[in-house]
Amino acid sequence: MSEQKKGQSIEEKQYLVRFNADTKSHLHVMDEDICLNKCPDKICTIFCPAEIYKWEDIRMHVGYEGCHECGSCRIGCPHQNIKWEYPKGGHGIVFRLG
Amino acid sequence: MPEKFDCIVVGAGPAGISCAYELAKGGASVLLLERGEYPGSKNVMGGVLYRQMMEDVIPGFYKEAPLERPVTEQRFMMMDKESAVTFGYKGMEWGREPYNNFTVLRAKFDQWFAGKAVEQGALLINETVVLECIVEDGKVIGVRTDRPDGEVYADVVVLADGVNSLLAKSLGFHKEYKPDEVALATMEILKLDSKIIEDRFNLEKNQGCTIELFGDATKGILGTGFLYTNKDTLSIGVGTLLSGLIKHKIRPYELLEYVKNHPMIRPYIQGSEPQEYLAHLIPEGGYHSMGKVVGDGVIVVGDAAQLVNAIHREGSNLAMTSGRYAAETVLKAKEAEDFSEKTLDYYRKKLMDSFVGQDMKKYKDSTHHFDKFPQYFDQYIPMVNKAASQMFTVDGTSKRDKQKKIIKDIGSPKQKFKIARDMYRAWKVMK
Repeated sequence: MSEQKKGQSIEEKQYLVRFNADTKSHLHVMDEDICLNKCPDKICTIFCPAEIYKWEDIRMHVGYEGCHECGSCRIGCPHQNIKWEYPKGGHGIVFRLG
Repeated sequence: MPEKFDCIVVGAGPAGISCAYELAKGGASVLLLERGEYPGSKNVMGGVLYRQMMEDVIPGFYKEAPLERPVTEQRFMMMDKESAVTFGYKGMEWGREPYNNFTVLRAKFDQWFAGKAVEQGALLINETVVLECIVEDGKVIGVRTDRPDGEVYADVVVLADGVNSLLAKSLGFHKEYKPDEVALATMEILKLDSKIIEDRFNLEKNQGCTIELFGDATKGILGTGFLYTNKDTLSIGVGTLLSGLIKHKIRPYELLEYVKNHPMIRPYIQGSEPQEYLAHLIPEGGYHSMGKVVGDGVIVVGDAAQLVNAIHREGSNLAMTSGRYAAETVLKAKEAEDFSEKTLDYYRKKLMDSFVGQDMKKYKDSTHHFDKFPQYFDQYIPMVNKAASQMFTVDGTSKRDKQKKIIKDIGSPKQKFKIARDMYRAWKVMK
């Protein structure tokens, strides 16, 4: 009996996408203290479709290189603690198909 | 590059390109600015393009545009965990000229469409972010880009910068959207042999099928899933209000995997190879979330103006129509040499009198209604599935007894009254 195929992980999904990352981040957590003390859920680490937000002990790691530029974190952060800009022209995600 | 244009269009999506195309065709000098490597490189759409509104811009476009399949069948699946009540419409007339709609891959289509605007004389410049509008005495007179010496001027600036319209927001045209005003959609393009697609979806060579998925596809959260056939790929995706993902703490890509592995969906996509993964927001706040769309020297079109009809999965056609009206308005203003809000307001009136404004008004309360009363998705769809299963399972029980049991299972007279009231409410917000 064959084992049921495991779902594709987010890492596998992200490998399907072309990124032309800038050297500078276009996403900034404005106040790390708010994430640490006021946001027990750290909900951005859950709803971000590319899982670019990862909580590392006391700080938020932002893997902006894999960002889809969807804007969810700007709108969804319960504390409006994310400064969201577009990456520099020509940089960031490059969709080939969809 | 001249320093001043008749019009600068920000964003080469369906709204911006339509606008630039019409303006250039009308003899205006147009600069079309796109932040991506090429038009379409930042754009995402489930994949249905409606023929009529595109043809209003380029008649007979389907003879040369890079399209996938004309849609000849639209199916709807009301899903429970292990079942689905399915209905749909298939019509051969949709497979012939003039067609109803097509599946498309946006990165290909938008590049082609932008090329047509360039043929008309629009100047397309890629890889350029517009940082802000240049405002003088309350009037927009140009844009500041992220290029060195990147200030460009125009009589009118058209904002077609999509759902994340930082420009319209910075002009104070709308407030920041709330999580219940936008839907987050994730999707994948899956490679599958065209012959297999045709066999599985019961299609002939030049036919396409769309399936909309309700209920368990979003685990009962307000939203929908979709599965569309392209030439030799499938587009599969799922979108829910951002507020729904937050409330239920759901990871969007896990929800996508859930749909892909659902027993009602898996057989369609089995053996396919994932090609691309995409995520995007859809402005679903509707009429109530629409901000100001016209100011002195500025017009807002497409997603940036919240022009989406979520109930009917329409967006690109509203975008194209708005872009076309914006162009018409700019040409009129050019003739009158008056680019004030008062003159440009022609755009708003024209838009609101058209099917765009009418449909926005018709469904103005629908998203909020279904968001407020989640029972439609998490209770009634499973209920319909259960009733169908009971009625169609032959086990020696008489149909009358089955009917009695189904009605009894719905609950007390009070619960039945509640359902009747919900059905009436749903009819009222949709009518």
